[in-house]
Amino acid sequence: MAEMNAQAGTGASRPRPLSPHLQVYRMMLTLVMSGLHRMSGAALYFGMLLLAWWLIAAASGPNAYGTFQWFIGSLIGRLVLFGYSWALIHHMLGGIRHLIWDTGRGFEPSERELLARATIIGSIVLTLILWAIGYLAMGGSR
Amino acid sequence: MNAPRRIVTPARRVRGLGAGHSGTTTFWHQRITSVAGVPLTIAAMVIAVALLGRSHAAAVQILGSPLIAIIMLLFIINIAYHMWIGMQEIIVDYVHDEGLKYVTLLGNTFFVFALAFASCFAILKLSFGV
Repeated sequence: MAEMNAQAGTGASRPRPLSPHLQVYRMMLTLVMSGLHRMSGAALYFGMLLLAWWLIAAASGPNAYGTFQWFIGSLIGRLVLFGYSWALIHHMLGGIRHLIWDTGRGFEPSERELLARATIIGSIVLTLILWAIGYLAMGGSR
Repeated sequence: MNAPRRIVTPARRVRGLGAGHSGTTTFWHQRITSVAGVPLTIAAMVIAVALLGRSHAAAVQILGSPLIAIIMLLFIINIAYHMWIGMQEIIVDYVHDEGLKYVTLLGNTFFVFALAFASCFAILKLSFGV
């Protein structure tokens, strides 16, 4: 520390202050939700390839569309789609939470906690409802 | 000699555009696309669920109908801009090597543009036929 202070005036060799990194913070729900928002966003980024594949397959013809439907109908396809739909809904609810914060509201500790819980519980419930509707629309599981 | 030195001129401070010359534009655009994204995403999810398990002919007819096509195009364009900003934020946060940063930023732009263009082209083809 003394060495650092001695060098303070010398310019280039002075170590720059660093912001504290993730591991110094206590694990909290709001911290996890912040990370999940970014991670779900990154996952959706690459998940958009699925949407592009779907649309291009539809534009290409019955064979290409059949291949896409085969993939989505497979176990892996369903798992990917389930993860994609959850990430999408979670990111959307997390985004709404951010929009509430943008108005200057919801920053009290109890409010933050409530919003964090509403986001995670809401995203899981809505995803399950979406899939229930999906299976109903298809007349039960094929 | 010891008077506080201001690097930023008063005019610059008032304009508030900062070192990047664009101020809070990116932040604001991310908010605009997130607000628009909520109804558009819900609409796109409804369309996707409605098309589950349907034949190719039905999918072509529904995706190509004007209202559905317009909603899907708006969804894609809006989301593309939103995800371009988002990934750029992630890259500048975590990629510190200058060379790799430019490569990944370029890659972000190319990926999003190609994805959005291909998706829009597919919708337009379904809509206009041929």
